[in-house]
Amino acid sequence: MMVTLLYFASLRERVGRSREEVALPAGTPTVAALVEQLRQRDDRWTEAFAPGESWRVAVNQRMADPATPLKPGDEVAFFPPVTGG
Amino acid sequence: MPFVRVQAEDFDVGRELEALTRGRVDVGALASFVGLVRDANDGHAIAGMTLEHYPGMTEKALEEICAEARSRWNVIDTLVIHRVGSLRPGERIVLVGVSGAHRGEAFAACEFIMDYLKTRAPFWKREDTPQGPRWVEARGSDDQAANRWK
Repeated sequence: MMVTLLYFASLRERVGRSREEVALPAGTPTVAALVEQLRQRDDRWTEAFAPGESWRVAVNQRMADPATPLKPGDEVAFFPPVTGG
Repeated sequence: MPFVRVQAEDFDVGRELEALTRGRVDVGALASFVGLVRDANDGHAIAGMTLEHYPGMTEKALEEICAEARSRWNVIDTLVIHRVGSLRPGERIVLVGVSGAHRGEAFAACEFIMDYLKTRAPFWKREDTPQGPRWVEARGSDDQAANRWK
């Protein structure tokens, strides 16, 4: 199944892209499984999503967490803690 | 005009606040907050900053924050305008306005909206410093400010 990934701010710069489509294995994937898949890519990704790095995730434009389940066509966004205002 | 706006352009504070009360005689209090770009942060000189957001989600998050403020306090209308893109020191970043019958609830709702905006609305600041661009890091003091409303 395919999901759309978006990256913002410092995390976008760290991974070098703002958007991509990614295939996830069938089953009952979660944000945690997706992040593990991204960590496998190379050192840059391993570091960007290392435990202790403070990233946030939204699924379909709502704040989510590692346990959030994913379904085909979901929009998953990764970003650092927010700093507006 | 919608009561939540994310835009590159500046806004006219007087005109925006007046629109909150136009044609109404039940508003006894109009509380507002304006955030501006400072020329220094954490000991760094700031020549300017760039604000990034998540189109779609940012507007939804602001709508939700305003809806929560209106459910917690007896206020009439809420307004949030937040700028994005390149801004220079002295420029306005954000306007929050709250109208109500009495000042206490309008003040509280205005402060709540700002505290939640700073910790929940997807915006990110990148400052231009003499050492080059620098992403602003989230502050623990902002989390503490938001947590007192729980």
